Amino acid sequence: MSRKQFIVTFILVAGIYACNKGIIDMPFMGFQTPDYFPQPTYHFSTNAVTKDGFELGRKLFYDPVLSANNTISCGSCHIQTAGFTHHGHSVSHGIFDRLGTRNSPPIMNLAWSSTFMWDGGVFDLDLQPVAPITNHVEMDNTVENALNSLRNSSQYPALFKKAFGSDEITSANFLKALAQFMVMCVSNNSKYDSVRRNQATFTSTEQAGYILYQQKCSSCHTEPLFTDYSFRNNGLAPSMVNDSGRYKVTLQPTDLYKFKVPSLRNLDYTPPYKHDGRFFDLDGVLDHYASQVQNTPNLDPLLQQGGILGIALTPDEKEKIKAFLKTLNDKAFVTDRRFSEQ
Amino acid sequence: MKRISFYILSIVIFFASCKKDDTSLYNPNVKADLSVEFDNIAGSSDLQLNTGTYTNASGETFKVTKLKYYVSNFILTKTDGTVYTVPQNESYFLIDESDGTEHAPVLEVPEGEYKTLSFVLGVDSLRSTKDISERTGVLDPTAAGGDMYWGWNSGYIFFKIEGTSSASMMGDFMYHIGGFGGYTSPTINNIKTITLDLTARGIPQVKQGKETNIHLMVDILKVFNGSPNLSIAANPMVMFDPYSTNIANNYTAMFRHDHTEN
Repeated sequence: MSRKQFIVTFILVAGIYACNKGIIDMPFMGFQTPDYFPQPTYHFSTNAVTKDGFELGRKLFYDPVLSANNTISCGSCHIQTAGFTHHGHSVSHGIFDRLGTRNSPPIMNLAWSSTFMWDGGVFDLDLQPVAPITNHVEMDNTVENALNSLRNSSQYPALFKKAFGSDEITSANFLKALAQFMVMCVSNNSKYDSVRRNQATFTSTEQAGYILYQQKCSSCHTEPLFTDYSFRNNGLAPSMVNDSGRYKVTLQPTDLYKFKVPSLRNLDYTPPYKHDGRFFDLDGVLDHYASQVQNTPNLDPLLQQGGILGIALTPDEKEKIKAFLKTLNDKAFVTDRRFSEQ
Repeated sequence: MKRISFYILSIVIFFASCKKDDTSLYNPNVKADLSVEFDNIAGSSDLQLNTGTYTNASGETFKVTKLKYYVSNFILTKTDGTVYTVPQNESYFLIDESDGTEHAPVLEVPEGEYKTLSFVLGVDSLRSTKDISERTGVLDPTAAGGDMYWGWNSGYIFFKIEGTSSASMMGDFMYHIGGFGGYTSPTINNIKTITLDLTARGIPQVKQGKETNIHLMVDILKVFNGSPNLSIAANPMVMFDPYSTNIANNYTAMFRHDHTEN
């Protein structure tokens, strides 16, 4: 081996070693707000994210022990490769394959969300896991049972002690660990984000789609999170289920048929779309806005401007908008090992 | 003269001591136990879960299989007008007819005589929205097996009564009443404050070393009989629903002071 060969080999080996080391020992950075994102709404003051808390939350997220018969975990219906939704399922099947009535929403950028679920029935991320754990068609358990399973396990008491300083497994610590995992699931590495950071540029089609998005979509799907977190009726024809949406939690007639505006990030990974998963591709969604909006009670004013229902979109505009929406896919997020089952 | 002086002195001491006893009967700086007993009844009968059969004003017969409710935020007013608010963290209780206890939460209050008792039936909105770490004991969402908490619409169920009745198409009825007014958007508020006069049926005299108990009768027929009368046939199932406000209005009349054990 010549001196030159030796040096090259050394550098390659060192490089590979460094790479591996980077993956294994990547220092835990805690929760970080991307600089072009707004301030998060989550209350970190009462639940600071720690490495041990986050890792405990991740373990809980992927553990079917939370369900009544040890079959369904959070990750069953929130699959990372599907942008933390239930890929291909209009509505999810939970325990005993019981079907729900709504499409599984993504676990993504929840630190900026002030309400949870399609109807906003949960107002604190800490309280969110109670809903699927106790729902008859999801995990059909009680939180008390789930906690008892954890208390009786050989691993969890020690993990709770590591994360919270006490091996007593309380509802509060259990829920806070899950919240720590969920707030860490930040998606900010799409091409759009690279463009925001001046690390990439849009193609001319993407740029044209971006401008159309700004004109026709951005009042509800506001940058950079691509939702304004409001509740709106977007004119979907009520289905057989006749889901009344936000009305269920407010009982205000003005909330009938309103659902939370979902983010447009990671759409390639998260079909089908809408609260009941009725559209299997983005053409279905865009066609709805272009020509299928129904004048149901509380239809959003933005969808009936000038007495015309929907949003005018030519076929060419739809293609450009779709090209832009593709720039919101965050491959790094859906493959990030930190968020995967370990 | 000496003798007379002695008598006068004795008399003075006697009355002085009487007076002294009066003023020092209660020490407002000392706290003592006062229990409030929630004795669940149905009209003029004691409530018997699963076995007793009762008839409401709509003429429907029914049995009760479950009765649970939160009482909280106790405030007591002395006969001299002084108001004592029980510290909030010690002021949440869950009454469960099936648990075999006396259903008599014990409060720590300053010594004295009290003329009114007030409490909230349910859980106040502030506590309903507090950080999960500040909701322990009966307020833990897992309390009572999670039976008194809605996960899908974050909030406590304040009052729950279930039973069977041939008047119901399904054979049973369930009333789960909650609603603290909403956090992100206003909605129904079924938090009810109950205020009871204690003077007519026995003023509690609270003093250290003795047990004082305010005995309340809680008549579950009032849930059904009010304005409007609740019909099991028409409304066998009422949960988070606008109709629940009628039931909540009815059940504020459930409570009456029966007597005080001093």
